[in-house]
Amino acid sequence: MQLKEAFLELIRRAATDLPPDVEAVLQKAYEKEDDNTPAKNVFATILENVKLARKQSTPICQDTGSLVFYIDYPEGGKERDYRQAIEWATVEATNRQYLRPNSVDPVTGKNSGNNLGVNAPYIHFHQWDRDEVRVRLLLKGGGSENVGSQYKLPHPPLNAGRDLKGVRKVVIDAVKNAQGLGCAPGTIGIGLGGGRDTSYSLSKEQFFRKIGQRNQDPELARFEEQLLEELNQLEIGPMGFGGKTTVLDVFVGKQARHPATYYVSVSYNCWAFRRKTMTIKNGEVRYDD
Amino acid sequence: MTIKLKTPISEEEIRNLKIGDTVLLSGVIVTARDQAHKLMVEEKPEFIRPYLKESVVYHCGPVVRKDENGNWQFVSAGPTTSAREEPYQSIVIGEYNVRGVIGKGGMGPKTAEGLKKYGAVYFHAVGGAGTLIANRVKRVLDVFKLEEFGTPEAFWVIEVEDFPLVVTVDAHGNSMHKEILEKSSKIAEELINKNV
Repeated sequence: MQLKEAFLELIRRAATDLPPDVEAVLQKAYEKEDDNTPAKNVFATILENVKLARKQSTPICQDTGSLVFYIDYPEGGKERDYRQAIEWATVEATNRQYLRPNSVDPVTGKNSGNNLGVNAPYIHFHQWDRDEVRVRLLLKGGGSENVGSQYKLPHPPLNAGRDLKGVRKVVIDAVKNAQGLGCAPGTIGIGLGGGRDTSYSLSKEQFFRKIGQRNQDPELARFEEQLLEELNQLEIGPMGFGGKTTVLDVFVGKQARHPATYYVSVSYNCWAFRRKTMTIKNGEVRYDD
Repeated sequence: MTIKLKTPISEEEIRNLKIGDTVLLSGVIVTARDQAHKLMVEEKPEFIRPYLKESVVYHCGPVVRKDENGNWQFVSAGPTTSAREEPYQSIVIGEYNVRGVIGKGGMGPKTAEGLKKYGAVYFHAVGGAGTLIANRVKRVLDVFKLEEFGTPEAFWVIEVEDFPLVVTVDAHGNSMHKEILEKSSKIAEELINKNV
């Protein structure tokens, strides 16, 4: 398979085939809700939709999001080659209705019609020591992007200081403010530290973890579990209809901060958590969730 | 219990609905987003009037394709965020005798007033269920302003069958969104003040 075709298949899978770990946690959420409630019906519809989209190879959601790629490549790889392959695959995926045209110029208001634009798709490049290429793709919906938020600690309105206790408070506030608007139940990515830009970036990179995959740092792992349990007490429920599942999982990442700053970025991913990974080694392409 | 509704819908049928009701909607409805709402308020076009009378507006920017016979098909067509139409919605409901609005996320007080005054409700669709909802679209009857507005913003006149919905703002001034916001805000406040 040619590189560009491998990318096209990666995009197709991301848009139409929800990862099994996400589907499994949605199934659990369905089983938890009481019969004949709006929440139960929403989960039934979601699960049926996921199966249909996979079978028909059509987008799970019509908002196929913004494309964010992370590429780790071995020495000797050329960024230009990957970029060209991605651009071809993006245009072709749009032609085949795997993607909706979602790239708009903020000055002219014009939609490019093919998902290309300045920094679109966005590609994070990283060279590594392994002899294989790893490509990770996130399709990030616009509605859920709109409910993300960033806090600067201390945050006096909530009496939130510069420690995990303070972080806990602003995360509860962020999820409360999001209500059902990010297509709840969402997955929450949290970035601690860094500058304003790298803080958001770290919060989003958390979305490459699988549901239930805890942080390797035991303190942060416990913190994730505590937040997951507490956020589900909010009873916002699927679509904000009320219910037992408000978030599917919580992932926290940390990085060094400047002594004067303490940013907490909260990224919200809709229930249609679309991520896929592709590994290329010796010309062989392998897809993973 | 699930209530089956078919357009055209009478005012009485609409006023019988209450928040939390599950509905399966069939019949002809019309998609409209930002540009379509602006046009309906500023220019009040006649071409869409017959399709909207006693019918339903759907906030949706679909993925579409043409089949081998040149007919339009819906590929993925879930709801978009409704809040953007808040400045226009109540006027559109009154002007065109609309009986319902489908979207996601709910709408503000101006729309709630309009729903009460004219006898209409807000239906919430399942956000993200694009493929399932597209499968419930049986036929595309017509499309207006496709060239000018582009695919997502055009008026798509579609026939749906058993479109799954929940009433979240009824014609009596009740809003599920308001109730959940108040309830969850209280829980959030308690959690935050717990200081664990």
